[in-house]
Amino acid sequence: MALQISEEKNKEKEKQKKEIGKAYGKYAKQFTPRPKYFSNSVKAFIVGGLICTAALAVQNRLQAMGLSQKDAGTFVTIGLVALAQLLTGLGIFDVIAKHAGAGVIVPITGFANSMVAPAIEYKKEGPVLGTGAKLFSVAGPVLVCGISAATVVGIIYWFIEKF
Amino acid sequence: MEYLWAFIIGGIWCVIGQLLLDGTKLTAPRVLVIFVVTGVVLQALNLYQPIVDLAGNGATVPLPGFGYNLAKGAMEGAQKGFLEAITGPIKATAAGVAVAITFGYIVSLIFTPKSPKR
Repeated sequence: MALQISEEKNKEKEKQKKEIGKAYGKYAKQFTPRPKYFSNSVKAFIVGGLICTAALAVQNRLQAMGLSQKDAGTFVTIGLVALAQLLTGLGIFDVIAKHAGAGVIVPITGFANSMVAPAIEYKKEGPVLGTGAKLFSVAGPVLVCGISAATVVGIIYWFIEKF
Repeated sequence: MEYLWAFIIGGIWCVIGQLLLDGTKLTAPRVLVIFVVTGVVLQALNLYQPIVDLAGNGATVPLPGFGYNLAKGAMEGAQKGFLEAITGPIKATAAGVAVAITFGYIVSLIFTPKSPKR
């Protein structure tokens, strides 16, 4: 009997807690700034567009020097990745990302940044389980999902080719 | 003209990313995953190649371009055989990933965390 009562009390308490949580959520919402959709998008558009245009300019330069389109593209990717990681290490990438948002996150530079940023942050945990492991805290899911999807595509295409 | 398309297409991908970040509860890692998988799926349906032909680096530099390269490697490999179909995606993106890992590791070991300046 006593147990039943305490159970009921617990349920009531939980209900109350949930209600308080909801009320707080509403209250907090008043004070969270609404994102500036338009100006953020314009910034992202310009910065992202500029990165791609610069990449194309370098790519054309490399092709003019006699590299094949594929090799030139690979060098451009390598260059962007290395530059983004260096800027992340120097702490400059964060400053740019604060203004440009997705403009630097969506290009391959964001992928490069997502590896170095947590790796530096968790340096204290050692070079293997800290830096080594955290290098993949974001890149891991990206590679897992991307490579899995592409492998499935490859097998499907092989199947179509074969039969 | 080539440069204009690179600017526009590259910019559009970034705007989509920005709207996903601002308008939904998706975090940056989830957006990155969505973009890469989108690139893989679009290329598998032969829809991404036309964008690459039009915009060049404007289509390959954003993350869907990474997915495009993965899928393209798989599809080209599939024409040669089963093993090539499986090794294709990683082979096609090996250089970028290898540099990202090695250079990223070196940079992470050299630099120390910066306190954010406001």
